[in-house]
Amino acid sequence: MATSNEFMDLPGRLIVVEGIDGSGKSTQLDLLHKWLRSEGYVTVFTEWNSSPIVRDTTKRGKRKQLLTPMSFSLIHAADFASRTHEQILPALQAGVVVLADRYIYTAFARDAARGVNRKWVRDLYSFAPPPDLALYFHVSLEESIRRIGAARAEIKFYEAGMDLGLSEDISESFRLFQGRILREYDTLCDEYDITRIDAHQSLVTQQVLVRDLVEPLLEGMPRREVTNVPTHLQTGYVSLAAGGGL
Amino acid sequence: MTEVRFYGEPPPGIDQDWLPGRLIAIEGTDGVGRSTIISILKDYLEANGWGVVDSGLRRSPLVGPGIDQAKEGHTLDPITLNLFYATDFWDRFERIMLPALQAGMVVLADRYIFSLMARAIVRGAAREWLEQIYGFALIPDQTIYLDIDAEDLVLRILERGFDFWESGGDYLHDRSIYDGFMQHQREQLHEMSRMADRYGWDVVDARGTIEEVFEHVRRAVMPTVESMSRP
Repeated sequence: MATSNEFMDLPGRLIVVEGIDGSGKSTQLDLLHKWLRSEGYVTVFTEWNSSPIVRDTTKRGKRKQLLTPMSFSLIHAADFASRTHEQILPALQAGVVVLADRYIYTAFARDAARGVNRKWVRDLYSFAPPPDLALYFHVSLEESIRRIGAARAEIKFYEAGMDLGLSEDISESFRLFQGRILREYDTLCDEYDITRIDAHQSLVTQQVLVRDLVEPLLEGMPRREVTNVPTHLQTGYVSLAAGGGL
Repeated sequence: MTEVRFYGEPPPGIDQDWLPGRLIAIEGTDGVGRSTIISILKDYLEANGWGVVDSGLRRSPLVGPGIDQAKEGHTLDPITLNLFYATDFWDRFERIMLPALQAGMVVLADRYIFSLMARAIVRGAAREWLEQIYGFALIPDQTIYLDIDAEDLVLRILERGFDFWESGGDYLHDRSIYDGFMQHQREQLHEMSRMADRYGWDVVDARGTIEEVFEHVRRAVMPTVESMSRP
């Protein structure tokens, strides 16, 4: 749709996090968000599958199990397109920092794990501005299952790839499907400029790494005076994601 | 259908290389009379013993309600709108058209991917991108194009009233509804006639009476329908 040249003049910075459920990416992004705000940077946060226009359709599709690999892929692309148009591009044009919890690589990994043609998915998302920094929080399948188990009682149908008929048993299906996604992410890290972070390290160690990577990108970004209003009372505040899941 | 072929990479979930039914796409712009013709053609074919399924835009159980709701707010950008329609198309293809083709029925598609592409192109989406996305579509056995010009079309629309989207209201601001309609339709018709050449459609003059147009369409589709074993 758009060539990458089209995005070269956008003054903002786009920082995205990727990883399977239980990798801790949302927690890391949340900590980054709070730090940037405390430093006075104007930030816009956007989350996978959250467009007010498209979200209800996706929800209905999931609840009624109407989604197949192709319609799953297309409706998530519609959601992403709507957020690109309404949140991401305007913020990049305005020259502020955009933080995205999951980006196009989530679609590349999940859709390919569902058997959708890899080139087709990449073409589908060619309207997306390329990120200035993409962080992949790599965690082993065992560790992610351990973390999810602690945070959530129930695995959802599509998260477990139950639509693919890999196994009748939802835990087993989840394991097989997430394993496929992990392999896709490995490939993506070679194909794209994605920084891999070992998500088995302590939360603080990872956050230090994240901030070191983000800091050089902040040069010239607009800052405002920091008020003494507690962060949780400021608009746009995002609560600490406790095993979010989508 | 002799062979299962797609415009681009084959989508997942379709294992057959051969389908017994026939897929006939009826293309044409807003208000040209597609639905009327399809409804008469369906009755005619059924009366002659063929099984017929018709499918029009925004009727998918997955996306139909979502598109209607989103369009009410007039807030959709061209890319999101197009992806909504692409989802709707795919959902109807998988849920309605494909099973009917597997069962040896005639599928009359009230618009196919082409209208969706034309709408997006006139709103500024890149042609190449659209061709890549819609590469998932099965190549129909036949595409009938109901051809009309904007001057004849507008006379029909006047009787039933103008529609915001059909008049390009979302992207042609500061124009009267008449000027918007004429410009939007001219551009769409231009796109569609390019596609008619490119994809080798059967063009039917849609300016006559319903009976005349139906007779043209009937003659055009019968060889395709009769290439199946007779009922």
